[in-house]
Amino acid sequence: MNNYIIRRIVQAIPLLFVISIVSFSLIKLAPGDPVLSFVTPDMGADDVARIRQSMGLDQPAYVQYFAWFKNVLTGDLGYSLVSHRPVSTMILERIPATFGLMGASLLLSLLFALPLSMLAGAKQNSIPDRILSLLSYIGISIPSFWFSMMLIYLFAVEFHWLPSMGMRTIGVDSIWDILKHGILPCTVLTFINVSVYMRYIRSNTISQLEEDYVQIQYAYGASTGTVLLRHVFKNVILPVVTILGMSLPELIAGAFITESVFSWPGMGSLGITAVHGLDYPVIMGITMISSILLVIGNLAADILYGAVDPRIKTTG
Amino acid sequence: MNTMRLRHLRSQFRQQKTGVAALVILTVFVLVSLFAFLVPHDPNLIVVMERLQPPSAQHWFGTDDYGRDYLARALYGGRVSLAVGFLSMAIAVCVGTIVGTASGYFGGWVDNVLMRIVDVLMSIPSFFLMLILNAYLKPGIGTIILIIGALSWMNIARIVRAEAMSIKQREYVLYARVSGQAPSRIIAKHIIPNVMPTIIVSATINIASAILMESSLSFLGLGVKQPNSSWGSMLNDAQGFIVDAPYMAVFPGLFILLTVLSFNFLGDVFRAAFEPKANKR
Repeated sequence: MNNYIIRRIVQAIPLLFVISIVSFSLIKLAPGDPVLSFVTPDMGADDVARIRQSMGLDQPAYVQYFAWFKNVLTGDLGYSLVSHRPVSTMILERIPATFGLMGASLLLSLLFALPLSMLAGAKQNSIPDRILSLLSYIGISIPSFWFSMMLIYLFAVEFHWLPSMGMRTIGVDSIWDILKHGILPCTVLTFINVSVYMRYIRSNTISQLEEDYVQIQYAYGASTGTVLLRHVFKNVILPVVTILGMSLPELIAGAFITESVFSWPGMGSLGITAVHGLDYPVIMGITMISSILLVIGNLAADILYGAVDPRIKTTG
Repeated sequence: MNTMRLRHLRSQFRQQKTGVAALVILTVFVLVSLFAFLVPHDPNLIVVMERLQPPSAQHWFGTDDYGRDYLARALYGGRVSLAVGFLSMAIAVCVGTIVGTASGYFGGWVDNVLMRIVDVLMSIPSFFLMLILNAYLKPGIGTIILIIGALSWMNIARIVRAEAMSIKQREYVLYARVSGQAPSRIIAKHIIPNVMPTIIVSATINIASAILMESSLSFLGLGVKQPNSSWGSMLNDAQGFIVDAPYMAVFPGLFILLTVLSFNFLGDVFRAAFEPKANKR
């Protein structure tokens, strides 16, 4: 088991290394010469050359990469071209808002998806199953930004029940206020997540119900409810770990869009603003951090799966 | 595609009415966007006096903030959305099939190199990468098609690779290899035709996600830009008028939803027809 974990971690290291090269090239390939932002009209060619030298831009690309990489390892991601603040600080400030929203919607998604999809799987082709399946088709097909716009129109513009933007009302500092701001974005993310998870969990439930151990329980006179709760549930919850890992990219993309529609002050909206303003250091920082989160998330899913599934131990 | 599979497909369509509905919806969308010129309004004609008019007998979908007929704009926008979806799917399917079959058929270091590239591409959030590339490169519909196509083939490659690996072990392929046929010929004559059903299923699902991606990019202002418009960029414009003209947000979004929904339905009908094992579930 320990070998398995170590092997998976070792496999992830070259991946992280390549990600750092890609992130670095995102700055290098950016249109425009970074030196020009420091040049004033009265400077001569030798002044420009001196600036270039002081920024290390006259060095070959690989030397620049290693210098940059050393900084990244110490947590220095450079400075924003727009606000001139350290990129690492800017990202760290945004992380709580993103993790709060993601965490809440993930938790809610599981709370809804597990019982609903087990019900759908147990009562295949019944009316509830059909309704749930149509809803989950809609959930995977709906553009998240449009769903957000419609919710904003209904609940914020028409009925004035909920705020449509940001995370806090200016001057108000209460948990309740943050929760109220979080309801709409959280609804969008949860609906979409539940739709994705339901498809997997439902078909897993169906195949579990065909297994011998379920038939034996029935033969002993167990009710469907008991079988589902005491036996199928244990086997259905296992693959959920993998589904969570698999759906991470969509989760991250959804966060970029949903956060920016609702002006939620998280990493996603910071990223979108940075792309609009061509703020390369911030773009690079967000790419690095979100890729690392993706790799770690997948790694954690694999390891967790290995930890809860006894079959992996012997083969791993 | 043999007759057996066609028969499966026909019986699937007979069983699943939603599949038929999806086909009808998609046909209608393709036809109306092809014949968009039949609408008596010019999508780009600005009539300041008629700005932000709600739907009426004359303007079925109302008018936008420049007084342009919104129905005409929605139909022409659909052209762009559908074209981007189809063409970037074509790119993704070609790249995915080539990489997948090469990886699965040759194995060894070819497989190793290609799959590590797939790993890397899949571990960078591709949606953000698309945003960045769109901001860096020359804006245009061609650029968007290329970017979406180039960053969405990885799943197809993985699926095709798995299929190719199992087909490679079958006796007729072994026979072809023993009888000295060139690998390119074996791939073209034996591997690809057998992976075709899987490719069709992934292609259908891929169009759905390509249309969603284009609309998200355009909605964020980093995809289709003026003077062109797509359903996504129309929603970007509509965002500013959600209070005065909510209908501007309703129509394009509904069209995206219906199109994507239909492709997803269709993909599942194909899957059920081509993979009888999945069908039983």
